[in-house]
Amino acid sequence: MNLAMAVVVGWLTACGVYLLLRARTMPVILGLVLLSHAVNLVLFLGGGVPAGAAPPLVDGSGADRADPLPQALVLTAVVISFAMTAFVLILALRNRRSLKSDHVDGERRDL
Amino acid sequence: MSHALILPVILPLVAGVALVPWRDIRPQRVIALVATLAQAGLAAGLLASAGAAPEVYRLGGWAPPHGIVLVGDRLALLMLGLTLAVALGSLVYAVAGDDNRGRAFHPLFQFQLMGLAMAFLTGDLFNLFVAFEVLLIASYGLLLHGGGGRRHRAGFQYVVLNLVGSLLFLVALGLLYRVAGTLNMADLGPALAGLSGSGRAVAEAAVLLLAAVFGLKAAAFPLSVWLAATYGAALVPVAALFAIMTKVGIYALLRLDATLLAGLDFGLAPVLHVAGLATVAAGVVGVLAAGRLADLVSYLLLISVGTLLLGLAVPGEAAIGGVLFYLVHTTLITAGLYLLVGVVARQRVPLDDSLRAGAPLAQPRLLGGLFLVAAMAVIGLPPLSGFLGKLLVLRAPLTVEAPFAGLWLALLVAGLAALVALSRAGSTLFWKQGMPAGPQRGAALATLAPAAALVLASAALALAAGPLNAWLAEAAAGLADAGGYRAAVLGGGAS
Repeated sequence: MNLAMAVVVGWLTACGVYLLLRARTMPVILGLVLLSHAVNLVLFLGGGVPAGAAPPLVDGSGADRADPLPQALVLTAVVISFAMTAFVLILALRNRRSLKSDHVDGERRDL
Repeated sequence: MSHALILPVILPLVAGVALVPWRDIRPQRVIALVATLAQAGLAAGLLASAGAAPEVYRLGGWAPPHGIVLVGDRLALLMLGLTLAVALGSLVYAVAGDDNRGRAFHPLFQFQLMGLAMAFLTGDLFNLFVAFEVLLIASYGLLLHGGGGRRHRAGFQYVVLNLVGSLLFLVALGLLYRVAGTLNMADLGPALAGLSGSGRAVAEAAVLLLAAVFGLKAAAFPLSVWLAATYGAALVPVAALFAIMTKVGIYALLRLDATLLAGLDFGLAPVLHVAGLATVAAGVVGVLAAGRLADLVSYLLLISVGTLLLGLAVPGEAAIGGVLFYLVHTTLITAGLYLLVGVVARQRVPLDDSLRAGAPLAQPRLLGGLFLVAAMAVIGLPPLSGFLGKLLVLRAPLTVEAPFAGLWLALLVAGLAALVALSRAGSTLFWKQGMPAGPQRGAALATLAPAAALVLASAALALAAGPLNAWLAEAAAGLADAGGYRAAVLGGGAS
């Protein structure tokens, strides 16, 4: 489980960084989305891999319950990154209109 | 338990929400001014009553380390007061007309104040992340205020950079929670101190990630490339308010050093020293190359960030006291300079703040005089506060016998570069005439007064330097007293 999670986080990060380094706004935004998925997974795993552990709300013996705090943190982070993705998409669309280009530096080149 | 400590966060939130439904700008201005004045009064009251022991407020009565706490020690309250001083100046300037150049200026301004207050007061690392997001989201909106291609382009780059910074912050939080099991700043110190082996390596990596994130906020080289483009593109009152934003990064670095690193026995000093030297160097090049006055001020801001980083790299409390004095000085004077740039630019209509000879200004003596005072304060000429601030930073390494060559060279070269650049800019703006006099009108009092007040605050700082410096030394001692901070946050405390 640990290895699988590590591979998923690594792969998401690699794809995210690759897209983030593109010169067009939409790939950059997709890169940010992938990176935020990877980061949310890291944050979630901050409480340990919850394999087999009960959800924190279910009554049970203390030992095998998942840590609830990282889940709360992840929820906050997900909401924030969702809102930011929406904002940056609108910003990119407005840039496309006002600069007549979707280059991150606003340059007009052949698309 | 007194609820005063949460009010600097609640008041702007309530004001911001109350501002949203208004379409007409006049009631918005009244509400915004009243709300900001109330916050300034509140901050002044909190500052006046700040004692040696930090004031702690538990949100919802939940006990730390899992409950979120607000901690009002002297340093946090000082930053809060500084924020509101800059915010008042910026708001009065904006009310003269700039707030009407787009929608929702006033609500965003209040949300920005809320984020700043929360960032300074919080005692929880995850809450600090949330505060950063609140202030960043508001700053994205404020930066775009007024519209135009230049702002949109700068805005997109600023947003993407800060989003990446936020992601790194989250990674660091995940790693820290994994190894320490807490995110309360006071609790993290001892938790990290007990680590060994791989846990310790993970914690060190997380702390370095945090330092990188705070370095991005503070605009430490090489994470500083966004600064000039962003601040130069923003409207004048927005740029003036943003003068406090880089200080959020500096403040977070100070707090990181005092709480987390105290436990790790692992100093950031070498990194900060190199970053500070590089930041000053980048600022010097920018100052000499700037073609617009707003860009010139942005690079002066970069030099001041480098100076602060160099001061932070010097070990010991004495250095921190000097750094705090310089921080107060540079925040106020930078905000004043941005506002002054706006006043000058309005009297040079076709050229604005571009550094070329234009028509004579409508008020050359008044604005020229203010520019001279501001320039002297920034360069660090006596008798103004810039001289004292630089002197304190320059003296700091001598008191603890730390290496001082790099710091001295950087500060003295930066002073010379600022002197050259500001003399050139001043003579171009106020003496050279490349155009016939146009129908320029004098500046409105609402724009001139905040600019003058912030610039002349430098003289007031110099006059009050003795008591202020003593107070800042106590604030630095309070910051360095990790045990007292921990006891106040975690131990007992009426709830």
